[in-house]
This record gives sequence, C-alpha cells and structure tokens, in this order.
Amino acid sequence: MKTVLKVDHVSISYKIGDFRDIGLKEWTMRHLKKNYHVETFLAVNDVTFELKEGDLLGIVGANGAGKSTLLKALSGVMEPRSGVIERYGSVAALLELGSGFDGDLTVRENAFLRGAMLGYTKEFMENTYSQIMDFSELAPFENRPFKQLSTGMQSRLAFAIASLVQPEILILDEVLSVGDGAFQEKSEKKMREIIQNGAATIFVSHSLDQIREMCNVVLWLDRGRQIAYGDTREVCDRYEAYLAGKGIA
Amino acid sequence: MVHKLKRYWFLFQELVKRDFTKKYKRTILGMAWSILSPLINLLVMWLVFSNLFGNNVDHYAIYLFAGQLVFSYFSDATNLGMNSLVANAGIFTKVNVPKYLFLFSQNVSSLINFGLTLLIFFGFVAFDGIPFTWKLLCLLFPVACLIVFNLGLGLILSALFVFFRDMQYLWGIMTQLLMWLSAVFYTIDSYTYTVQCMFLLNPIYLYIRYFRKIVIEGTIPTVQFHILAMAYALIVFGVGAYMYRKYNHEFLYYV
Repeated sequence: MKTVLKVDHVSISYKIGDFRDIGLKEWTMRHLKKNYHVETFLAVNDVTFELKEGDLLGIVGANGAGKSTLLKALSGVMEPRSGVIERYGSVAALLELGSGFDGDLTVRENAFLRGAMLGYTKEFMENTYSQIMDFSELAPFENRPFKQLSTGMQSRLAFAIASLVQPEILILDEVLSVGDGAFQEKSEKKMREIIQNGAATIFVSHSLDQIREMCNVVLWLDRGRQIAYGDTREVCDRYEAYLAGKGIA
Repeated sequence: MVHKLKRYWFLFQELVKRDFTKKYKRTILGMAWSILSPLINLLVMWLVFSNLFGNNVDHYAIYLFAGQLVFSYFSDATNLGMNSLVANAGIFTKVNVPKYLFLFSQNVSSLINFGLTLLIFFGFVAFDGIPFTWKLLCLLFPVACLIVFNLGLGLILSALFVFFRDMQYLWGIMTQLLMWLSAVFYTIDSYTYTVQCMFLLNPIYLYIRYFRKIVIEGTIPTVQFHILAMAYALIVFGVGAYMYRKYNHEFLYYV
C-alpha cells in the first residue's frame, strides 16, 4: 500500500496572551512599559504517524487535546512549529462545516462560493448543482437567503457540497452526524462510499462506537501529546479504561 | 500552475460576486448611490470653492473633479479593503485559500465605481470644451499605478487591521489628513519651489497631478515623473506582498 500522509514529530503552537483586540496605541504603551506578554502554547506536541491508502484513522481525546489543531495543520490552514507534514496527493478538509457561509447570500450563491473554496471548477459546480440540491433536499429553498435556513438545513447543504470531493486524503471534523435521523443515515452512507473509493480518511469523533466500527487505526491525543497510536481495539480499550477513571495506562 | 490559477480564478469570481451582491444588496439605487455620493461631494466643493480658486485656475470644475476622482477611489479602496481579512476570518481559518484573494475581490467593486465615475468625468471634460486627444490614452499609466498602489496599501492595511483593531480609526484620520495634503481643491502655485516639490512625496497628489497635466494642460509628464509614480506603486505593493508572505500563518492567531 502506498503511503499518502507522513506526519513526523509535528508540534503546533498557538499564541496566547494580551495581544488580541488591543489597538496600536495600547500595543505601543505596553511595549514602552514592558508590560506586553505573549506566550506560545503547544496545542500539539510531538505527534508522529503515517497513513496508507485506504486507511481510516480515528483521532480520540478529551476536549482541548489538540485534535482540531492537528487537523488544521494537516489541511494546511496552520503551519507546524516544528516537524514535517508530507502529503502525497490532494487533501480535502471538512472542518466545522456550518461556518464560512454568508447569511445574506442565497442558497445557490453560497453553494457556488463553497464549491469554489473547496477547489471545484466552475463546470463541475454547474454540472453537479442539481445533484447537490437533490441530496440536500433544499431545491425549494434555493433562492432564499441562507440565514433563513435552519441549522440542520445549513449543515445539510455543507455536507452535500463537501461530499462531492474525491481526494486522496480526506479530513473530517465530526461531520458524520449531520441533520436529522433520516439525513444522518444518508450522509453516513455517502461518507462510507467516499471512504471506500480509496481515500485515506482521518476523522475526529467523540463517539467511540463509531470509531470502533469504522477505523482501522486510532490516534489518542491528550493535552497535545500522543498517548497511543495503533490498532483500533487496543487503543480504544485503553482510552475507554482511561475515561472510566483509571488513568493513562 | 495553470490548474491552480484556474482554481483560484473561479474562487475569485465567486468572491467578487459575493462582495457585489452584499454591497448593493440587490438594489439598483445602491449602485447609483455609490456614484452619486462622490458627485454630490464634488458639487458641494465646487459651490464652496469655485469663488475662491475658480478665477485663478483654468477649468476649475475639471481640476476639482480630477482630484476628487482619484482621491475617492483611493479612499474607497483602502478603507473598504482594510476590512477584507478580518471579515473573511471565518473562511481562511477553515479552508486553505490564498488570503490576498479577499482583498483583490474587495478592490474590484471600488475599481468599478472608479471606472464609472471616470466615464462621467470624461463627460464633464467634453462638456467643458476640452478637446479629446490621443494623449488621454496616457491616463492608462496613472490608473494602472493607482490600482497597484491601492492594492498594495490594501494589503498592508488589511494585515495591520488583523493585529491592531484601532487601525480603522487611525486610517480614517490619515485619509482625512491626506485629503488636505493632496491639493484636491486648491493649487500649490503660491508655495515656494521647495514646498511644491515636497508635495510630490505624496503619491496621491502625484497621481492627481498626472491626471491634471494630461487632461487640462495637455502635456505629458517627464520620464522622472513616470518613474516616481511607478516606484510608489511598486514599493507599496512589495511591502504589502511581503507582509502577507511573512504573516500568512500568523493571522490565524489574531482573529
């Protein structure tokens, strides 16, 4: 099997401190008074793993473990502070699907804008637009402003557009559970289809059942550090034991 | 490379469409208004100042309009462009897209406004009895410089605005000051030669001056004048591009 993603001793840091939302005046004053504090916070600390074609990697860990940050670095939105990420193939990242839409634009306009953001071509969008409407069941609303849709409908549209991707590496941030019961089933089926088409998939989920059922490898992060990486059952068992209050074994 | 260009071209088009729809909120009046407002501005300035300066300046209305035209494009493009990164934070923190596209698309609507006002300007020029000659084609040069200059300054300002949220007020004041220093409605003839040269340190004045030389005086500026005009644009654009390169992955922490 071909390796599609190599993550080698990757650390990712955030800047935290008093810099946010202070103006130029305040910034100058604090520099003069030597009262300006910025710290870097290691959200991901020395993570190493490899992904092969057809692999399905699940990432588990408590809130603040650095899962989303890691996904952001994998998708290229963030840059690691140290370490190397090598991607052999196209990457599609579906992070926080509902965000990034524009409430004032219509459903149709938003669909095209989102498609463009995900790197689809114009022809592709024109050809698949009706398919998107069918899948998301939003055809009757296509000329409505996006803000008039319910949250569930919004994520349905997001999912419908995003699920058209055929990348070599697919990155998902808890997007498997979208919409109401019926749609959830449909979206899960679609997701499996994409995964089966050969993409290596990485996904974050808080549902251990889902991870156990779908993934063949699991990465467990805790406060940025890599606790375990390997076979699904083994890692999940350890993680479950940890959740049950037995500590990191 | 071609694939990449094609991909981002589609995104660019969609962003332009979005900015346009949002700006004019699907009303025809919205668009008319953005052209009307500089014209009303012009009218008021003309009413107030033509008595003061009109006697000493040939074609004072055109003189004023040329200043107003260039200045309002500059002010519009930079003040709107400044917001382009912060306003699109929801996108670039989730999807890996070139961040300058937001500024470029924002600038398109300012540019279209400028183009429409420019047409009205030529209408005024014809009405004022100034002959159209081939020299008017030279205006393409300052327009190109102005576009690059505004884009560059937009890059710098939008990056700074991510880090310093009071930039909006500071830049508002700066624009106001620059307006007074750009000789939009007065002439600099009564200043000493040294002071007159110092006016050329202001790029906006330089571009306005170019317009007036061509349209009113019918003379083509010197080579040095061209070089200076281009240098301003390229330097500012270079600084802006450098900031975007350097802080490309830093913006994320501040939004």
